[in-house]
Amino acid sequence: MFDHSKLEKNSILMLIGILIVVSIGGLVEIAPLFYLESTIEKVKGMRPYTPLELAGRNIYIREGCYNCHSQMVRPFRDEVERYGHYSLAAESMYDHPFQWGSKRTGPDLARVGAKYSDEWHMTHLIDPRALVPESVMPGYPFLATTALKYKDIEDHLTANKMVGVPYDEAMIAAARADLEAQVDPDSDGVEALQQRYPGAQARNFDAQPGVPTEMDALIAYLQVLGTMVDFKAYKAEDNYR
Amino acid sequence: MQTTGTAFEQVAMFAQTWGLVYLAVLFAGVLIYALRPGAKKKFQDAAQIPFKED
Amino acid sequence: MSFLIFLPLGLIGLLGLSLAAGADDAVMYGHGLLMAAFGFLGIFWVIARDGDMGGPAKAVPGGVNYNDGVIRAGVVASTFWGVVGFSVGLVIALQLAFPVLNFDLPWTNFGRLRPLHTSAVIFAFGGNVLMMTSFHVVQRTCQARLAGGWAPWFVFWGYQLFLLMAASGYVLGVTQSKEYAEPEWYVDLWLTIVWVVYLLVFMGTLWRRKEPHIYVANWFYLAFIVTIAMLHIINNLAVPISLTSTKSYVLFAGVQDALTQWWYGHNAVGFFLTAGFLGIMYYYVPKQAERPVYSYRLSIVHFWSLIFLYIWAGPHHLHYTALPDWAQTLGMTFSIMLWMPSWGGMINGLMTLSGAWDKLRTDPVLRLLAISIAFYGMSTFEGPLMSIKAVNGLSHFTDWTIGHVHSGALGWVGMVSFGAIYFLAPRMFAAEKLYSLRLVSAHFWLATVGIVLYASAMWVSGIMQGLMWRAYDSLGFLEYSFAETVEAMHPFYVIRALGGLLYVVGGLVMAWNVYQTAQGRIRDERPYETTPAAPATAPAE
Repeated sequence: MFDHSKLEKNSILMLIGILIVVSIGGLVEIAPLFYLESTIEKVKGMRPYTPLELAGRNIYIREGCYNCHSQMVRPFRDEVERYGHYSLAAESMYDHPFQWGSKRTGPDLARVGAKYSDEWHMTHLIDPRALVPESVMPGYPFLATTALKYKDIEDHLTANKMVGVPYDEAMIAAARADLEAQVDPDSDGVEALQQRYPGAQARNFDAQPGVPTEMDALIAYLQVLGTMVDFKAYKAEDNYR
Repeated sequence: MQTTGTAFEQVAMFAQTWGLVYLAVLFAGVLIYALRPGAKKKFQDAAQIPFKED
Repeated sequence: MSFLIFLPLGLIGLLGLSLAAGADDAVMYGHGLLMAAFGFLGIFWVIARDGDMGGPAKAVPGGVNYNDGVIRAGVVASTFWGVVGFSVGLVIALQLAFPVLNFDLPWTNFGRLRPLHTSAVIFAFGGNVLMMTSFHVVQRTCQARLAGGWAPWFVFWGYQLFLLMAASGYVLGVTQSKEYAEPEWYVDLWLTIVWVVYLLVFMGTLWRRKEPHIYVANWFYLAFIVTIAMLHIINNLAVPISLTSTKSYVLFAGVQDALTQWWYGHNAVGFFLTAGFLGIMYYYVPKQAERPVYSYRLSIVHFWSLIFLYIWAGPHHLHYTALPDWAQTLGMTFSIMLWMPSWGGMINGLMTLSGAWDKLRTDPVLRLLAISIAFYGMSTFEGPLMSIKAVNGLSHFTDWTIGHVHSGALGWVGMVSFGAIYFLAPRMFAAEKLYSLRLVSAHFWLATVGIVLYASAMWVSGIMQGLMWRAYDSLGFLEYSFAETVEAMHPFYVIRALGGLLYVVGGLVMAWNVYQTAQGRIRDERPYETTPAAPATAPAE
């Protein structure tokens, strides 16, 4: 016979009881996401971030951009018109961690890639109110003057590989060269970069001569957001779940 | 798609029937335990614990 | 026996030194040194204390020699971090109203300061309050001294080290960007160690109890400690890029990471900010009202149903996202059901005052506790409402969420914490009574008006922004650009900052009151009448 007074008197029993009770919800809700194949849609075009985009993503995280910008277009008429196709789970399958966000003090950025010029981003990041007078976004002028630190970029790719991102050995070995090639569109390395990362854009993103800056990396990341999936080949009805 | 869909539906069906029954019984158990008349005195004593010493 | 602590402290010191020596980045260097200082200074501190960890060890004839030293430290730390956390909140509120205050520097921009604010109020203020009160409640309701001579102090100082590393990391750009779980992998590991010792101290004290029954407040504390450990460990699984680098990549990606994060995030609310603080309610409300809890039976049902239901609610943070619909529906269903145990708890807390309502007039500390329960009821009604998908479609991503969080955080967590601090200050500092009850009342009104301004401003701006985003003009075009919706928020951001300012001032008033109480002073003021005012003369027949 179950006797609650035992629980009230025996702290170990109570501890175990609590653990069982609070485990059920998480097990039922989270565990299936890992084995149900329907969780992530079948899409064409998703690839891991280039080393430069990954470095840019880390700056996005470091500056806490996610505090004000979501990366999750919901399937509402107004959001699809304002931002573009609603976000798919597949689009963040290589995002460790995810950047869906929880608040839109600024607009959603899930599909900001290729919407504005590099120059627009550069000006806007340095002084947001120069382009958008109503904006309450902080300025980030220091990004344009800070050299990007990437001597350990291979370690970043290796760690990503360990958590499941499909970087291969060649990508890791060439990480530094790929990073430098992406900001130097006339260099020989661009072709190899684009072979490893189909569709990667190689440009001098901050239009400044010299070493890659944090601005280069951040703009490279912003410009790839939401552009990978080939929506012409995507059939929504195959992925209802 | 077909196989996982079926597996999902099976799990969902189980959760929506036996899972529901199980939780309802568990909840009834907690209610019966807490409200059974025999424990009144015990709980009154327990509620006095904060006043026993300072 | 206190020398036993030298070994782990020495190891921590050496670990810190080697982290600093091999550090890949400046932050790891600094944090390694902090850790080393913690270990080595800890050894000196133990020696200086000569093995006594509980403050002046008094022989208490016929009573229990409680460890009140660590609770005293908790009163100071809670008050300090409260003022810090509220102030950073005010700063970032002003930044949203006047963006020039970001100063365009890395260390002062909103993106880095917002996690500083949330962590300072939740983990620094809230966490210290929870540790302080749990150490107090578990000793008093078990009539036993805290277990482990040095262990409670290790928990206290180890937790402060965690806070210091987390906070300095954010400002210097070290974050893993998971909301309310921003600290990086090594800080998470450190917190795990501290937390396990915390659990052992708590359990060890329960084992020493003379009372056969474990009082209900302790159940809530136990659920809070255990569940937070589970959530913290799973949500922070990560692979560092090297053992001497601050940077790591979390184990899960995309949709799985999102649900893991909000399973964690919502239960940081459910178990840190709710279950733990319900422990406070179940002890301090009866104590201050001098009446036992309204229904002990209800507290049992409240406890098990609350902890069972809360853990499911996370997906309501991900409505209409790429999370599968079945998970969203499940999250919504349980969130709505959660309304019932929440209000069961509220009723239990408020009805404890039945027959003692008149005390609200004369006891501002009890008034703080009572209004905290009222705010708890309000925000646990609003929460299920906002978890309904149709409502969430409007409210999500807007300030409505911010308003909701703050009615819970400022109203429930803040007010019940203030009540506990005012309860403990005179008792822990062996003062005759609080320095000033009038100042408690002033704090009550400052905080209450501050919350009303804050929450109402956020309701209006949130609903307005949600409606503006989806507004169409007569030609079928979106009516507002995003920038126009930002502009429309400005007046409400100013009002919100004003509400925050009042709350900060209230915190400062409390700090002054606690300081004076600790000094043993009593303010010369008009006392509250403790008996109903009798008519001056007998009424004429």
